[in-house]
Amino acid sequence: MAGEAQTATDYIQHHLQNMAYGKLPAGYTRADGTVLSEPTWTLAHSSQEATDMGFWALHLDTLGWSIGLGLIFCFLFARAAKKATPGVPGGFQSFVELVTDFIDKLVKETFPHRNSMVAPMALTIFVWVFLMNLMDLVPVDWLPMAAAKAAGNDHLFFKVVPTTDPNATLGMALAVFALMIFFSIKEKGAIGFIKELTLHPFHTGKWYFDMLLIPFNFLLEAVSLIAKPISLGLRLFGNLYAGEMIFILIAIVFGVGVLGFIGAGLMHMGWAIFHVLVITLQAFVFMVLTTVYMAMAHHRDEEHEHDQ
Amino acid sequence: MNINLTLIGQSITFLFFVWFCWKFVWPPLLGVMKEREQKIATGLAEAERAGKDLELAQRKAAEQLKEAKEQAAEIIDGANKRSNQIIDEAKQAALAEGDRLKAAAKAEIEQEVNRAKEQLRARVAELSVAGAEKILSVNIDAKAHDDLIDKLAAEL
Repeated sequence: MAGEAQTATDYIQHHLQNMAYGKLPAGYTRADGTVLSEPTWTLAHSSQEATDMGFWALHLDTLGWSIGLGLIFCFLFARAAKKATPGVPGGFQSFVELVTDFIDKLVKETFPHRNSMVAPMALTIFVWVFLMNLMDLVPVDWLPMAAAKAAGNDHLFFKVVPTTDPNATLGMALAVFALMIFFSIKEKGAIGFIKELTLHPFHTGKWYFDMLLIPFNFLLEAVSLIAKPISLGLRLFGNLYAGEMIFILIAIVFGVGVLGFIGAGLMHMGWAIFHVLVITLQAFVFMVLTTVYMAMAHHRDEEHEHDQ
Repeated sequence: MNINLTLIGQSITFLFFVWFCWKFVWPPLLGVMKEREQKIATGLAEAERAGKDLELAQRKAAEQLKEAKEQAAEIIDGANKRSNQIIDEAKQAALAEGDRLKAAAKAEIEQEVNRAKEQLRARVAELSVAGAEKILSVNIDAKAHDDLIDKLAAEL
Protein backbone atom coordinates (compact mmCIF):
# COMPACT_ATOMS: atom_id res chain seq x y z
CA MET A 1 0.00 0.00 0.00
CA ALA A 2 2.93 2.29 -0.57
CA GLY A 3 1.17 4.58 -3.00
CA GLU A 4 -2.00 3.93 -5.02
CA ALA A 5 -0.27 4.09 -8.37
CA GLN A 6 1.91 1.09 -7.57
CA THR A 7 0.96 -2.32 -8.87
CA ALA A 8 1.13 -5.38 -6.66
CA THR A 9 4.24 -6.57 -8.49
CA ASP A 10 5.98 -3.25 -7.94
CA TYR A 11 5.01 -3.33 -4.30
CA ILE A 12 6.44 -6.81 -3.79
CA GLN A 13 9.60 -6.05 -5.73
CA HIS A 14 10.08 -2.85 -3.80
CA HIS A 15 9.83 -4.75 -0.55
CA LEU A 16 12.32 -7.37 -1.62
CA GLN A 17 15.08 -4.97 -2.67
CA ASN A 18 17.77 -4.03 -0.20
CA MET A 19 19.19 -0.57 0.19
CA ALA A 20 22.35 -1.14 -1.85
CA TYR A 21 25.24 1.28 -1.76
CA GLY A 22 27.87 0.76 -4.43
CA LYS A 23 29.78 2.16 -7.37
CA LEU A 24 28.20 2.68 -10.78
CA PRO A 25 30.59 3.01 -13.72
CA ALA A 26 30.95 6.06 -15.95
CA GLY A 27 28.46 6.19 -18.81
CA TYR A 28 25.88 4.18 -16.86
CA THR A 29 22.24 5.04 -17.57
CA ARG A 30 20.41 5.36 -14.28
CA ALA A 31 16.82 4.33 -13.56
CA ASP A 32 15.54 7.88 -14.11
CA GLY A 33 17.29 8.15 -17.49
CA THR A 34 20.29 10.30 -16.51
CA VAL A 35 23.70 9.19 -17.68
CA LEU A 36 26.66 9.24 -15.29
CA SER A 37 29.68 11.18 -16.52
CA GLU A 38 32.09 9.54 -14.08
CA PRO A 39 32.16 6.51 -11.72
CA THR A 40 29.94 7.33 -8.75
CA TRP A 41 29.37 5.78 -5.31
CA THR A 42 25.65 6.01 -4.70
CA LEU A 43 22.49 4.30 -3.48
CA ALA A 44 20.83 2.05 -6.03
CA HIS A 45 17.52 3.46 -7.27
CA SER A 46 16.34 0.23 -8.87
CA SER A 47 16.95 -3.49 -8.62
CA GLN A 48 18.82 -3.34 -11.94
CA GLU A 49 21.17 -0.71 -10.57
CA ALA A 50 21.79 -2.82 -7.48
CA THR A 51 22.64 -5.80 -9.68
CA ASP A 52 24.93 -3.71 -11.86
CA MET A 53 26.90 -2.58 -8.85
CA GLY A 54 28.35 -6.10 -8.76
CA PHE A 55 30.09 -7.55 -5.74
CA TRP A 56 31.51 -4.29 -4.38
CA ALA A 57 28.27 -3.00 -2.88
CA LEU A 58 26.92 -2.96 0.63
CA HIS A 59 23.36 -3.50 1.80
CA LEU A 60 23.16 -0.67 4.28
CA ASP A 61 19.80 -1.76 5.72
CA THR A 62 20.91 -5.35 6.32
CA LEU A 63 24.17 -4.29 7.94
CA GLY A 64 22.55 -1.46 9.86
CA TRP A 65 19.81 -3.56 11.35
CA SER A 66 22.00 -6.56 12.09
CA ILE A 67 24.69 -4.44 13.73
CA GLY A 68 22.08 -2.43 15.61
CA LEU A 69 20.34 -5.55 16.90
CA GLY A 70 23.68 -7.13 17.71
CA LEU A 71 24.61 -4.04 19.70
CA ILE A 72 21.31 -4.23 21.55
CA PHE A 73 22.09 -7.84 22.42
CA CYS A 74 25.63 -6.97 23.52
CA PHE A 75 24.50 -3.96 25.51
CA LEU A 76 21.68 -5.73 27.34
CA PHE A 77 23.60 -8.88 28.08
CA ALA A 78 26.84 -7.15 29.00
CA ARG A 79 24.94 -4.86 31.34
CA ALA A 80 23.16 -7.82 32.91
CA ALA A 81 26.50 -9.62 33.23
CA LYS A 82 28.11 -6.59 34.82
CA LYS A 83 25.30 -6.05 37.28
CA ALA A 84 24.82 -9.74 38.01
CA THR A 85 25.09 -10.76 41.64
CA PRO A 86 25.17 -14.23 43.13
CA GLY A 87 22.34 -13.16 45.42
CA VAL A 88 18.66 -13.12 44.48
CA PRO A 89 18.56 -12.19 40.77
CA GLY A 90 16.29 -9.44 39.46
CA GLY A 91 13.84 -9.80 36.60
CA PHE A 92 16.08 -9.16 33.63
CA GLN A 93 19.02 -10.95 35.20
CA SER A 94 16.81 -13.99 35.71
CA PHE A 95 15.82 -13.91 32.07
CA VAL A 96 19.41 -13.57 30.89
CA GLU A 97 20.50 -16.37 33.20
CA LEU A 98 17.64 -18.56 32.01
CA VAL A 99 18.75 -18.17 28.39
CA THR A 100 22.43 -18.58 29.30
CA ASP A 101 21.76 -21.67 31.36
CA PHE A 102 19.60 -23.19 28.62
CA ILE A 103 22.35 -22.64 26.04
CA ASP A 104 25.09 -23.80 28.40
CA LYS A 105 23.32 -27.11 29.05
CA LEU A 106 22.55 -27.63 25.38
CA VAL A 107 26.12 -26.93 24.33
CA LYS A 108 27.47 -29.22 27.03
CA GLU A 109 25.31 -32.00 25.65
CA THR A 110 26.17 -31.55 21.99
CA PHE A 111 29.73 -30.30 22.30
CA PRO A 112 31.81 -32.57 24.54
CA HIS A 113 35.17 -30.96 23.71
CA ARG A 114 37.12 -28.24 25.46
CA ASN A 115 36.56 -24.90 23.80
CA SER A 116 35.38 -21.90 25.77
CA MET A 117 34.28 -20.09 22.61
CA VAL A 118 31.52 -22.39 21.46
CA ALA A 119 28.98 -21.74 24.19
CA PRO A 120 29.19 -17.93 23.97
CA MET A 121 28.98 -18.26 20.21
CA ALA A 122 25.82 -20.32 20.56
CA LEU A 123 24.36 -17.68 22.88
CA THR A 124 25.24 -14.91 20.45
CA ILE A 125 23.73 -16.78 17.53
CA PHE A 126 20.55 -17.67 19.34
CA VAL A 127 19.78 -14.22 20.68
CA TRP A 128 21.07 -12.23 17.74
CA VAL A 129 19.38 -14.35 15.06
CA PHE A 130 16.21 -14.36 17.14
CA LEU A 131 16.25 -10.56 17.33
CA MET A 132 16.88 -10.29 13.59
CA ASN A 133 14.06 -12.73 12.89
CA LEU A 134 11.85 -10.83 15.30
CA MET A 135 11.94 -7.84 12.95
CA ASP A 136 9.79 -9.98 10.69
CA LEU A 137 6.87 -9.51 13.08
CA VAL A 138 6.92 -5.75 12.67
CA PRO A 139 4.24 -5.00 10.05
CA VAL A 140 6.00 -4.91 6.68
CA ASP A 141 5.26 -1.29 5.85
CA TRP A 142 5.89 0.51 9.12
CA LEU A 143 9.63 0.87 9.15
CA PRO A 144 10.17 1.19 5.36
CA MET A 145 7.52 3.94 5.14
CA ALA A 146 8.91 5.70 8.19
CA ALA A 147 12.37 5.53 6.66
CA ALA A 148 11.08 6.80 3.31
CA LYS A 149 9.36 9.73 5.05
CA ALA A 150 12.48 10.50 7.07
CA ALA A 151 14.67 10.40 3.98
CA GLY A 152 12.13 12.28 1.87
CA ASN A 153 12.41 9.65 -0.83
CA ASP A 154 9.30 7.59 -1.56
CA HIS A 155 11.26 4.98 -3.42
CA LEU A 156 13.85 4.34 -0.75
CA PHE A 157 14.59 0.63 -0.49
CA PHE A 158 14.53 -0.48 3.11
CA LYS A 159 14.42 -4.08 4.28
CA VAL A 160 14.25 -4.38 8.04
CA VAL A 161 14.73 -8.14 8.41
CA PRO A 162 18.44 -8.88 7.94
CA THR A 163 17.84 -12.63 7.85
CA THR A 164 15.76 -12.28 4.66
CA ASP A 165 18.94 -11.14 2.95
CA PRO A 166 21.03 -14.15 1.83
CA ASN A 167 24.13 -12.02 2.35
CA ALA A 168 23.44 -11.91 6.07
CA THR A 169 22.66 -15.58 6.59
CA LEU A 170 25.39 -16.82 4.25
CA GLY A 171 27.78 -14.32 5.80
CA MET A 172 27.21 -15.84 9.21
CA ALA A 173 27.42 -19.33 7.75
CA LEU A 174 30.70 -18.33 6.09
CA ALA A 175 32.10 -17.23 9.44
CA VAL A 176 30.99 -20.54 10.95
CA PHE A 177 32.63 -22.33 8.04
CA ALA A 178 35.87 -20.45 8.61
CA LEU A 179 35.77 -21.43 12.28
CA MET A 180 35.09 -25.04 11.30
CA ILE A 181 38.18 -25.13 9.07
CA PHE A 182 40.23 -23.28 11.69
CA PHE A 183 39.35 -25.65 14.52
CA SER A 184 39.66 -28.73 12.30
CA ILE A 185 43.23 -27.79 11.45
CA LYS A 186 43.97 -26.68 15.00
CA GLU A 187 42.69 -29.91 16.51
CA LYS A 188 43.83 -32.46 13.95
CA GLY A 189 46.65 -30.64 12.22
CA ALA A 190 46.71 -29.88 8.50
CA ILE A 191 47.67 -33.48 7.71
CA GLY A 192 44.90 -34.87 9.86
CA PHE A 193 42.37 -32.61 8.19
CA ILE A 194 43.55 -33.59 4.72
CA LYS A 195 43.45 -37.25 5.75
CA GLU A 196 39.89 -36.77 6.93
CA LEU A 197 38.98 -35.32 3.55
CA THR A 198 40.72 -37.96 1.46
CA LEU A 199 40.65 -41.25 3.35
CA HIS A 200 36.96 -41.25 4.34
CA PRO A 201 34.41 -42.63 4.00
CA PHE A 202 35.94 -45.41 1.84
CA HIS A 203 38.92 -47.02 3.38
CA THR A 204 40.41 -50.43 2.75
CA GLY A 205 43.58 -50.53 4.81
CA LYS A 206 45.73 -51.27 1.75
CA TRP A 207 47.58 -48.14 0.67
CA TYR A 208 47.42 -48.78 -3.11
CA PHE A 209 43.66 -49.14 -2.93
CA ASP A 210 43.39 -46.08 -0.73
CA MET A 211 45.37 -44.06 -3.28
CA LEU A 212 42.84 -44.97 -5.91
CA LEU A 213 39.97 -43.99 -3.60
CA ILE A 214 41.38 -40.56 -2.76
CA PRO A 215 39.68 -38.56 -5.55
CA PHE A 216 36.41 -40.29 -4.91
CA ASN A 217 36.60 -39.71 -1.17
CA PHE A 218 37.67 -36.12 -1.64
CA LEU A 219 34.74 -35.41 -3.92
CA LEU A 220 32.26 -36.79 -1.38
CA GLU A 221 33.87 -35.14 1.63
CA ALA A 222 34.31 -31.78 -0.08
CA VAL A 223 30.68 -31.71 -1.11
CA SER A 224 29.49 -32.64 2.35
CA LEU A 225 31.85 -30.07 3.90
CA ILE A 226 30.73 -27.23 1.65
CA ALA A 227 27.09 -28.24 1.89
CA LYS A 228 27.19 -27.55 5.63
CA PRO A 229 27.58 -23.76 5.58
CA ILE A 230 25.45 -23.37 2.48
CA SER A 231 22.56 -25.34 3.90
CA LEU A 232 23.02 -23.56 7.23
CA GLY A 233 22.73 -20.14 5.63
CA LEU A 234 20.08 -20.96 3.07
CA ARG A 235 17.82 -22.71 5.58
CA LEU A 236 17.54 -19.59 7.70
CA PHE A 237 17.25 -17.35 4.67
CA GLY A 238 14.61 -19.52 3.02
CA ASN A 239 12.38 -19.75 6.06
CA LEU A 240 12.49 -16.05 6.80
CA TYR A 241 12.24 -15.02 3.16
CA ALA A 242 9.15 -17.14 2.70
CA GLY A 243 7.65 -15.78 5.89
CA GLU A 244 8.36 -12.21 4.83
CA MET A 245 6.88 -12.91 1.41
CA ILE A 246 3.64 -14.12 2.93
CA PHE A 247 3.46 -11.04 5.16
CA ILE A 248 3.89 -8.89 2.04
CA LEU A 249 1.15 -10.81 0.20
CA ILE A 250 -1.18 -10.44 3.19
CA ALA A 251 -0.35 -6.72 3.26
CA ILE A 252 -1.55 -6.45 -0.36
CA VAL A 253 -4.87 -8.06 0.59
CA PHE A 254 -5.41 -5.28 3.18
CA GLY A 255 -6.08 -2.88 0.33
CA VAL A 256 -8.90 -4.97 -1.24
CA GLY A 257 -12.09 -3.57 0.27
CA VAL A 258 -13.59 -4.08 3.72
CA LEU A 259 -13.79 -7.85 3.41
CA GLY A 260 -10.17 -7.95 2.31
CA PHE A 261 -9.20 -5.80 5.26
CA ILE A 262 -10.87 -8.08 7.80
CA GLY A 263 -9.63 -11.22 6.07
CA ALA A 264 -6.10 -9.87 5.85
CA GLY A 265 -6.25 -8.87 9.49
CA LEU A 266 -7.16 -12.41 10.50
CA MET A 267 -4.59 -13.93 8.17
CA HIS A 268 -1.92 -11.57 9.39
CA MET A 269 -2.65 -12.45 12.99
CA GLY A 270 -2.65 -16.19 12.29
CA TRP A 271 0.56 -16.07 10.31
CA ALA A 272 2.25 -13.86 12.90
CA ILE A 273 1.36 -16.26 15.70
CA PHE A 274 2.67 -19.17 13.68
CA HIS A 275 5.72 -17.15 12.75
CA VAL A 276 6.63 -16.62 16.38
CA LEU A 277 7.35 -20.34 16.43
CA VAL A 278 9.22 -20.24 13.15
CA ILE A 279 11.58 -17.43 14.10
CA THR A 280 12.43 -19.03 17.44
CA LEU A 281 12.87 -22.42 15.87
CA GLN A 282 15.10 -21.10 13.09
CA ALA A 283 17.30 -19.23 15.56
CA PHE A 284 17.49 -22.41 17.61
CA VAL A 285 18.29 -24.57 14.58
CA PHE A 286 21.04 -22.23 13.41
CA MET A 287 22.56 -22.33 16.88
CA VAL A 288 22.33 -26.10 17.31
CA LEU A 289 23.75 -26.83 13.85
CA THR A 290 26.63 -24.44 14.45
CA THR A 291 27.39 -26.24 17.71
CA VAL A 292 27.17 -29.61 16.00
CA TYR A 293 29.50 -28.48 13.20
CA MET A 294 31.94 -27.22 15.82
CA ALA A 295 31.75 -30.59 17.57
CA MET A 296 32.44 -32.32 14.24
CA ALA A 297 35.42 -30.06 13.65
CA HIS A 298 36.82 -31.00 17.04
CA HIS A 299 36.01 -34.67 16.70
CA ARG A 300 38.95 -37.00 16.05
CA ASP A 301 38.07 -40.22 14.36
CA GLU A 302 40.07 -42.26 16.86
CA GLU A 303 38.76 -45.74 16.05
CA HIS A 304 39.55 -45.18 12.41
CA GLU A 305 43.17 -44.40 13.15
CA HIS A 306 43.41 -47.55 15.22
CA ASP A 307 42.30 -49.61 12.20
CA GLN A 308 45.42 -48.70 10.28
CA MET B 1 19.05 -10.44 -3.51
CA ASN B 2 22.51 -9.98 -4.96
CA ILE B 3 25.46 -11.50 -3.23
CA ASN B 4 27.89 -8.70 -2.53
CA LEU B 5 30.25 -7.24 0.03
CA THR B 6 27.51 -7.42 2.65
CA LEU B 7 28.42 -11.10 2.95
CA ILE B 8 31.89 -10.27 4.22
CA GLY B 9 30.58 -7.41 6.34
CA GLN B 10 28.11 -9.72 8.02
CA SER B 11 30.84 -12.32 8.64
CA ILE B 12 33.02 -9.74 10.35
CA THR B 13 30.08 -8.44 12.37
CA PHE B 14 29.22 -11.97 13.41
CA LEU B 15 32.76 -12.73 14.54
CA PHE B 16 32.92 -9.43 16.41
CA PHE B 17 29.73 -10.11 18.35
CA VAL B 18 30.83 -13.67 19.09
CA TRP B 19 34.14 -12.33 20.37
CA PHE B 20 32.38 -9.71 22.48
CA CYS B 21 30.04 -12.26 24.01
CA TRP B 22 32.93 -14.65 24.59
CA LYS B 23 35.02 -12.05 26.39
CA PHE B 24 32.55 -9.81 28.20
CA VAL B 25 29.20 -11.53 28.56
CA TRP B 26 29.72 -15.22 29.06
CA PRO B 27 32.43 -15.39 31.77
CA PRO B 28 30.82 -13.01 34.30
CA LEU B 29 27.38 -14.52 33.77
CA LEU B 30 28.56 -18.09 34.22
CA GLY B 31 30.75 -17.04 37.13
CA VAL B 32 27.82 -15.50 38.93
CA MET B 33 25.62 -18.50 38.19
CA LYS B 34 28.25 -20.93 39.46
CA GLU B 35 28.79 -18.85 42.55
CA ARG B 36 25.08 -18.86 43.30
CA GLU B 37 24.91 -22.59 42.66
CA GLN B 38 27.68 -23.10 45.17
CA LYS B 39 26.00 -20.82 47.66
CA ILE B 40 22.79 -22.76 47.38
CA ALA B 41 24.65 -26.06 47.67
CA THR B 42 26.46 -24.95 50.82
CA GLY B 43 23.22 -23.54 52.17
CA LEU B 44 21.47 -26.83 51.65
CA ALA B 45 24.35 -28.77 53.17
CA GLU B 46 24.32 -26.46 56.16
CA ALA B 47 20.59 -26.86 56.57
CA GLU B 48 20.99 -30.61 56.47
CA ARG B 49 23.77 -30.46 59.02
CA ALA B 50 21.69 -28.18 61.23
CA GLY B 51 18.85 -30.69 61.01
CA LYS B 52 21.21 -33.45 62.06
CA ASP B 53 22.56 -31.29 64.87
CA LEU B 54 19.04 -30.59 66.03
CA GLU B 55 18.19 -34.28 66.04
CA LEU B 56 21.37 -35.00 67.98
CA ALA B 57 20.64 -32.25 70.46
CA GLN B 58 17.09 -33.50 70.91
CA ARG B 59 18.36 -36.99 71.55
CA LYS B 60 20.91 -35.66 74.01
CA ALA B 61 18.29 -33.57 75.76
CA ALA B 62 16.00 -36.58 76.06
CA GLU B 63 18.87 -38.60 77.50
CA GLN B 64 19.72 -35.89 79.97
CA LEU B 65 16.10 -35.55 80.98
CA LYS B 66 15.91 -39.26 81.60
CA GLU B 67 19.09 -39.15 83.65
CA ALA B 68 17.80 -36.20 85.64
CA LYS B 69 14.57 -38.01 86.35
CA GLU B 70 16.50 -41.01 87.54
CA GLN B 71 18.64 -38.83 89.73
CA ALA B 72 15.62 -37.08 91.13
CA ALA B 73 13.99 -40.40 91.94
CA GLU B 74 17.21 -41.51 93.62
CA ILE B 75 17.38 -38.30 95.62
CA ILE B 76 13.75 -38.59 96.68
CA ASP B 77 14.37 -42.17 97.68
CA GLY B 78 17.39 -41.16 99.74
CA ALA B 79 15.48 -38.31 101.32
CA ASN B 80 12.65 -40.63 102.26
CA LYS B 81 15.07 -43.04 103.80
CA ARG B 82 16.83 -40.26 105.60
CA SER B 83 13.63 -38.77 106.94
CA ASN B 84 12.56 -42.16 108.24
CA GLN B 85 15.93 -42.52 109.85
CA ILE B 86 15.67 -39.06 111.43
CA ILE B 87 12.22 -39.84 112.75
CA ASP B 88 13.50 -43.08 114.21
CA GLU B 89 16.45 -41.34 115.75
CA ALA B 90 14.21 -38.64 117.19
CA LYS B 91 11.95 -41.30 118.62
CA GLN B 92 14.91 -43.02 120.22
CA ALA B 93 16.21 -39.74 121.61
CA ALA B 94 12.80 -38.83 122.97
CA LEU B 95 12.48 -42.22 124.62
CA ALA B 96 15.94 -41.90 126.14
CA GLU B 97 15.20 -38.38 127.34
CA GLY B 98 11.92 -39.56 128.84
CA ASP B 99 13.71 -42.34 130.67
CA ARG B 100 16.33 -39.96 131.92
CA LEU B 101 13.72 -37.48 133.13
CA LYS B 102 11.81 -40.28 134.78
CA ALA B 103 14.97 -41.48 136.52
CA ALA B 104 15.81 -37.95 137.66
CA ALA B 105 12.30 -37.42 138.97
CA LYS B 106 12.47 -40.72 140.73
CA ALA B 107 15.77 -39.78 142.34
CA GLU B 108 14.39 -36.43 143.41
CA ILE B 109 11.31 -38.01 144.84
CA GLU B 110 13.50 -40.45 146.73
CA GLN B 111 15.60 -37.58 147.95
CA GLU B 112 12.47 -35.71 149.07
CA VAL B 113 11.18 -38.80 150.73
CA ASN B 114 14.51 -39.26 152.46
CA ARG B 115 14.54 -35.66 153.54
CA ALA B 116 10.99 -35.89 154.79
CA LYS B 117 11.97 -39.05 156.59
CA GLU B 118 14.93 -37.21 158.09
CA GLN B 119 12.72 -34.34 159.16
CA LEU B 120 10.14 -36.66 160.42
CA ARG B 121 12.82 -38.51 162.31
CA ALA B 122 14.15 -35.27 163.76
CA ARG B 123 10.66 -34.18 164.65
CA VAL B 124 9.97 -37.56 166.24
CA ALA B 125 13.19 -37.18 168.22
CA GLU B 126 12.20 -33.73 169.24
CA LEU B 127 8.73 -34.84 170.16
CA SER B 128 10.08 -37.75 172.07
CA VAL B 129 12.51 -35.38 173.80
CA ALA B 130 9.63 -33.01 174.43
CA GLY B 131 7.45 -35.88 175.66
CA ALA B 132 10.26 -37.03 177.84
CA GLU B 133 10.76 -33.56 179.17
CA LYS B 134 7.05 -33.20 179.84
CA ILE B 135 7.08 -36.44 181.64
CA LEU B 136 10.22 -35.41 183.47
CA SER B 137 8.90 -31.96 184.44
CA VAL B 138 5.79 -33.39 185.91
CA ASN B 139 7.69 -35.90 187.80
CA ILE B 140 10.79 -34.06 188.75
CA ASP B 141 10.69 -30.28 188.68
CA ALA B 142 7.85 -28.65 186.85
CA LYS B 143 8.73 -25.21 188.08
CA ALA B 144 12.39 -25.54 187.19
CA HIS B 145 11.68 -26.41 183.56
CA ASP B 146 8.74 -24.14 182.98
CA ASP B 147 10.59 -22.02 180.46
CA LEU B 148 11.70 -25.03 178.49
CA ILE B 149 8.18 -26.43 178.34
CA ASP B 150 6.76 -23.12 177.22
CA LYS B 151 9.33 -22.90 174.49
CA LEU B 152 8.49 -26.41 173.37
CA ALA B 153 4.82 -25.59 173.30
CA ALA B 154 5.43 -22.52 171.27
CA GLU B 155 7.52 -24.46 168.79
CA LEU B 156 4.82 -27.03 168.32
